[in-house]
Amino acid sequence: MSDFEPKIVAFVCNWCTYAGADLTGTSRIKYSSSVKIIRFPCTGRIDFMLLLKAFANGADGIIVSGCHPNDCHYTSGNFHAKRRWIMFKELMDFMGINMRRITFSWVSAAEGAKWADVVNATSDTIRELGPYVSYRELVNRPVEEEVRNE
Amino acid sequence: MNSMNARAKELLENKTVNIIIGYEEGPTGIARPAFITDPATTDNLIYDDRCVQNLAVYLTKQEVKSFGKMAIVAALPVMRSIMMLISEKQVVPENIIVLGISTDGKYLDMADMSVMQGYIEKSVLTNPEKYKAALADLNRLNAEERFVYWEKELSNCIKCYACRQACPMCYCIRCSTEVNQPQWIPVQANTHGNMEWHILRAMHLAGRCISCGECGRACPLGIPCHLLTMHLTDKVYDYFKVNAGTSENMNSVLSTFEPNDKESFII
Repeated sequence: MSDFEPKIVAFVCNWCTYAGADLTGTSRIKYSSSVKIIRFPCTGRIDFMLLLKAFANGADGIIVSGCHPNDCHYTSGNFHAKRRWIMFKELMDFMGINMRRITFSWVSAAEGAKWADVVNATSDTIRELGPYVSYRELVNRPVEEEVRNE
Repeated sequence: MNSMNARAKELLENKTVNIIIGYEEGPTGIARPAFITDPATTDNLIYDDRCVQNLAVYLTKQEVKSFGKMAIVAALPVMRSIMMLISEKQVVPENIIVLGISTDGKYLDMADMSVMQGYIEKSVLTNPEKYKAALADLNRLNAEERFVYWEKELSNCIKCYACRQACPMCYCIRCSTEVNQPQWIPVQANTHGNMEWHILRAMHLAGRCISCGECGRACPLGIPCHLLTMHLTDKVYDYFKVNAGTSENMNSVLSTFEPNDKESFII
């Protein structure tokens, strides 16, 4: 698996983590290039279905990151997100989907170094877990084949 | 149950309500929902062990709502569903008269919603033993085994959406499954899309499901999809100490928050 380059999708909020990731760059801190950042207005906007779609479309790992509690630009978006992720994590665990593939974090606009650490740690975890074939195999399985196997 | 039939007859004769939602015996001996508008046929109403369907699902249907005032035969799970629908402002409490059924199957006279509230508060709704055992069995497995279990079960799903139609809390006129820009849930019934649908359903019911198990009973393929929502209902109580449908003023768990909600996985 040494040549495996993980695909990591990061769902981040515009006000804290996106600015934090910007700071990582302007501070010239090197971090894993396997991450693709998608900017959202707020962590409260990140629908759990978007995470499932990311896995279905080839992501091996996911990062969800936003403002620390009490720092939300919209006052309470991250608190709502926190409750949603607690439930989502419990459901995913119950269905046997490996939650080590999803990293949740709070990264503020001042934490450029923390963002690099979060991405690097996630990248290491995904390298260890390998490509997410068990989920993608479901996506690519043709319907006809499933019917024949009945 | 004569007192229930007498009360139903009285309600229709006095025009206090225009329709009674209850159970009647069907031609094959099963209990089926009955919608009674004629006082002469209230003797058809029954209540026994066969009457398991959650009738609260009909309260939000336009065909029933158009009758205006209605009465509904309700055991504890149905009462809790009604309370949840009231708290989400989906039904008008003044329009509903409850023909209560106690947990041991006796008729309860309920003058208004405050009586039902009192009964809900002093009664405990627990998952039946077979569901508790099934949940415990699943929780004993490791993650890979659980994934295989759900992959196998959900591959049978034909996306008939009976689980959605049978659920009193799935009242959205336009469900996410009917949204096609973007297409959240694939139309064809493949394992992956089925899994996405059941995750979406369970998440949308988190903190709102009262664990009546109607989704699992409705499934024509016997998929235990009720275990997903029951598991989340248990977890909602563990984390937030909230039981859905216990008060008419409660807030939905996922649309509110406490600043000190505890979790251990966000770094």
